[in-house]
Amino acid sequence: MDETTLFPPIEPSNFDLIVVGTGLPESIIAAAASAAGKTVLHLDPNPFYGTHSASLPLDDFISFLRSHSESPSLQVQTSDDDDVSIPLATRPLYSNLEINLHSSEPLENSNKFTLDLGAPCAFLCADAMIDLILKTGINQYMEFKSVDSSFVSGGAGKLESVPDSRSAIFKTRSLLGPEKYQLMNFFKHVQGILENGSEEDMEIPFVDFLTKRGLSQKLKSIILYTIAWADYDQGKLEFCKDVITTRSGINRLALYHSSIGRFSNANGAIIYPIYGQGELSQAFCRRAAVKGCIYVLRMPVISVLMDKDGRTYQGVRLASGQELSSTLLILAPSFTIPKSLPPGVEVTNSNHKSPSNAEGKVARGICIAKNSVKPEAANCLVFFPPRSLYPEQITSVRVLQLSSNVGVCPSKTFVTYLSAVCDDSVEGKKLLNAAINALFHIAVSSSSENNEIDNLREHAEEKPCLLWSALYIQDLTKFHGAFNSIKFTPMPDEHLHYDDILDATEKLFKELFPNEDFFATTSTSDEQHLDGNTELDP
Amino acid sequence: MHGIPRKAPTQEERDGSSIKAAKLRDLQSQLLHFHYNKIYTKEAIEISAQLLESNPEHYTGWNYRKLAVQHLLDRHQENEVDSELPQSVLDEELRLVENALKRNFKAYGAWHHRKWVLSKGHSSPDRELRLLGKLQKLDSRNFHAWNYRRFITELKKIPDEDELQYTTDMIYDNFSNYSAWHNRSMLLSKLLEKRAKGYDKTENVLSEEFEFVRNALFTDPDDQSGWFYHLWLLGQTLKREPLVISSSPPHGSNLSLSIDNPDCQPSFSKIYHQSKERTFPLILYFSEAVVGVSSSTVTVEFDYDGGDGLIWHPLSANKLGFSQAWLAYIKYPHDSLESCHVKVTVAQFPGIISSSGMPCSQSCFISFTASVCSNNQEHSKVQTTHKISWNEENFKAHSTHPEDANLLASLCKLNITKENMPTTPMLCIETISNEIACSRELLSSSNCKIGKLILARLLVAHNTLMTYGCMDSITEAHYEEILALYHDLMKMDHAHIGYYEDEYSLVVMKQLTSNTESLLKLCGNYEELSLPSISSYTCVRLKGLSLSRVSCMEHLLWVQMLDLSHNKLRSIEGLEALQLLSCLKLSKNRFSSFTALEPLKMLKSLQVLDVSYNEIGAHSIDTRRYMCSSPLNSTTGSEWQLKRFAEEDADMKHFWDAYLLFKDLNLVQLDIVGNAVVDERLKAFLVKLMSALKWFDGESCH
Repeated sequence: MDETTLFPPIEPSNFDLIVVGTGLPESIIAAAASAAGKTVLHLDPNPFYGTHSASLPLDDFISFLRSHSESPSLQVQTSDDDDVSIPLATRPLYSNLEINLHSSEPLENSNKFTLDLGAPCAFLCADAMIDLILKTGINQYMEFKSVDSSFVSGGAGKLESVPDSRSAIFKTRSLLGPEKYQLMNFFKHVQGILENGSEEDMEIPFVDFLTKRGLSQKLKSIILYTIAWADYDQGKLEFCKDVITTRSGINRLALYHSSIGRFSNANGAIIYPIYGQGELSQAFCRRAAVKGCIYVLRMPVISVLMDKDGRTYQGVRLASGQELSSTLLILAPSFTIPKSLPPGVEVTNSNHKSPSNAEGKVARGICIAKNSVKPEAANCLVFFPPRSLYPEQITSVRVLQLSSNVGVCPSKTFVTYLSAVCDDSVEGKKLLNAAINALFHIAVSSSSENNEIDNLREHAEEKPCLLWSALYIQDLTKFHGAFNSIKFTPMPDEHLHYDDILDATEKLFKELFPNEDFFATTSTSDEQHLDGNTELDP
Repeated sequence: MHGIPRKAPTQEERDGSSIKAAKLRDLQSQLLHFHYNKIYTKEAIEISAQLLESNPEHYTGWNYRKLAVQHLLDRHQENEVDSELPQSVLDEELRLVENALKRNFKAYGAWHHRKWVLSKGHSSPDRELRLLGKLQKLDSRNFHAWNYRRFITELKKIPDEDELQYTTDMIYDNFSNYSAWHNRSMLLSKLLEKRAKGYDKTENVLSEEFEFVRNALFTDPDDQSGWFYHLWLLGQTLKREPLVISSSPPHGSNLSLSIDNPDCQPSFSKIYHQSKERTFPLILYFSEAVVGVSSSTVTVEFDYDGGDGLIWHPLSANKLGFSQAWLAYIKYPHDSLESCHVKVTVAQFPGIISSSGMPCSQSCFISFTASVCSNNQEHSKVQTTHKISWNEENFKAHSTHPEDANLLASLCKLNITKENMPTTPMLCIETISNEIACSRELLSSSNCKIGKLILARLLVAHNTLMTYGCMDSITEAHYEEILALYHDLMKMDHAHIGYYEDEYSLVVMKQLTSNTESLLKLCGNYEELSLPSISSYTCVRLKGLSLSRVSCMEHLLWVQMLDLSHNKLRSIEGLEALQLLSCLKLSKNRFSSFTALEPLKMLKSLQVLDVSYNEIGAHSIDTRRYMCSSPLNSTTGSEWQLKRFAEEDADMKHFWDAYLLFKDLNLVQLDIVGNAVVDERLKAFLVKLMSALKWFDGESCH
């Protein structure tokens, strides 16, 4: 408790909203509430911005993962006050952290890396997050680079470029002439539906719609997993937990295609922020600060204060000992309030997520190598659709490789993120390891199994040598608020995009402030920014 | 810019533009004043800059600038005290052009001015390339920029290979770019011609290009930019040396000549010809249109005095003088029963060049004999006054006269002696075969019209390549498939039905004439039964075949009587080659003007013409009439004496197109009934015009 005296007390001591954690959803809420004229205090126990959306140097990245893999430490404190104090606990989001070191080089240059915790994640140029970035003007705090190409694992482990646009279809060597025709014709058909509507049933599974259009298995796979970014094998509807309807499939294609060419400097549909995704939550924080939000980092919240009946939220007690009151409290998803609640309080689901995902996990991986997985590409996406790695693979593995030109690693180095939805950690690791084996050459000494297979593969194609890798499993289980005035933000999810997080965050804001606009449109024109600051550097 | 819809101007914009117009008018009059008085002061030049920046299309303005710049440069050269440095003068010009292009990057004057400034040795190609980069980013199809790019790359001596890569990049970016494809074709032509490294094997390069463009065709079959390039490639693949493919008289034939009426006929055993001028036509028919046929490239040797320095005329020549058929008149031998030999050597000396620039280097020989029949005046007038009825029973198929059949067979078979018969490289045929397979594949999923068109063209090209250099028919000719494709196209794309009908006709003609057997079915002997001994013609009947144009004349050079009735003919271009033709039936076709029949004027032997039941005069606006030669058009302008015309009677003015056609025809029999234009006045006019006419619409004229 001695160190807490180092902190000057926070003035004032009463707020409309206290937000704990500076992850992306928390930062958006803070910025939106500040913009709506609310008094907001934004706290983070960590010395950096971003919490679970942060981008960290390699050392810090590992220690953050480790610290959030341990069992929660309950800091039980009794209170002498009239108010009831509930200690704030954390729960581990990550598990099964596994680090493979093939070279000490990355660790020696720890500070030259900026690694995303919730990776892989990127933006489609026309997606809702980019729109919000432009609307709020935070693009002035950020710069982007184009993720120029995407690849899909074709037959025999070969990476083929994804024919996602007219010119990509023209260019690709992986499609035969009639396939090129079919695919382009399908894109045109979708365009027609978007313009003129359609008689067809938009609620049937998207995969059935594709079959009806006579598309080959290969084309269906390309559309479903590399453009519509489906997680589960859409061909096995009985195991599929995210059946994409025709309506949403078409909307995803439309979003993808309107992303191509939105910004003159981005060649493809996808962009990535320079210095990592952590920049995004930080930019929202800056935006919030401009609007009067107070920021205090390195400031843990010890407990939540309730009124005497134990049902109504009053405020928080900080590690400094200071007690602050607020009307509302937002907590990052890694916090929990122990279940030993006073009787009469019921747990309600505040976040509407499909229940199937509630139990899910996402396996994430990071690989560092000296060479690109595709010699001609620097920043790129790679997709391993279901069944492309092994027959029982039911979810797709998505890979984002970044080069030093986005400022996340030293020059001549590549950072590669992988992720896959899974039911358990065994399955998750199997998925990621299969993908890593397909992409990288792993030094024989450290490879315990399948040596022969590895050697055979290595000769077939020049693959980059893996220097360092980390695998971990992130829990997607949500902890839901118990009190009307205390809400939890959504956690980093399994998607490449932020659409669901943004949706959930906006809903959350509406629950908190039903009468306020979620970032009211300001007089500054969006179009101005399109030509100005957001223009991506070549 | 492409794909941006036009908006109607608002009131505000309209007001703005009228203010601008007033300002422009003021600037314009000031500029004209300066220009007229040769005022090149700083203020004057500034005014011209203002004018050009707001209206880059002002040619006089650019012209004035050039004079002004020259004036300033001259002053500097004369070391005048306050003269500007040439550097800054020219820099100002470059800046002005850039500003003008910003306003309108399709202003010819501005681009031209920039070229002029560069010719003064100013600016650097690199700077120009940067400017081009910016402009092409704005509009990658801007043909001005592409044109200027060719100018700059030439100046900077950028290798064509690099520029080709640039077009590849631009096409990768967006293949719907006519200018980029066009530039690619220009560069490839140069590289292939130079036989640059990696471009020395034309067939390989073309086959790679076919694959490249195929990606565009499959990706978006409805985008026509790639198809244009495909068509160009096809043309390149078909580029072959022109060859003589037939002649009249044919090689190895015996020619019977008579001064007036031949009594040594009727007979099929020989070809006969009659002429009061004592000359007979020699026709050379090439595989494609050529120029350069003259006495220096074609040698004709006689064992009698056949005349020196033959004059060769193109028949049905295009504007540049290229023609497939060439005609020269050869003198008769002296009256004698002995056969005289004539030997023709074509392309012994270089000079004959096809329209695609290929020289005819394969010399070939044609030899035949000619003899003159003794005259017998007894029958002389009978034949010409006799009416040709075109009756079915007068037509005898060749099978009834075996010996005639033999002769016909030898006529139908093209027989020309050539040394080192050229053939098409296998690789070329493979390329085309591969393209055919791919097109079929595309069509199996897409029903696109241009895909069908290209497949039809490819199949035709395949036939052409397979038969090139050899006169035998080919087994796998796909005629039915081609005809079915054109048939589909006529239904799918009604707007271009005329074109498809023409192409369809070409294929039908090719199919019918490609082998002796099918050709013989159409051939026969025509004799008027009432006067069997008098007139007999070698006759070909091409009735009711839906032909809209004629072709394959190389197989029909010997025809004397031709029945083309019940077709869809609108034109008879190409028929000029049939110099022996006496009787022609064109009834029940779609001729819509007399002008469309102008090629008949080249047929000196034509005596009987039937154009009944056509559409002459049926269309109030006949576009075709103005496409053909007319008094308004230079091709016939020379023989058209306006003054004389004005003095002649009103009929001639009224029927000027009939007059132009029929005044040069020497017809004995004419049928024009069933045309909208026909009335008593025209009939009277024609009877008066053609003194030799004996039968008019089935009735005797005299």
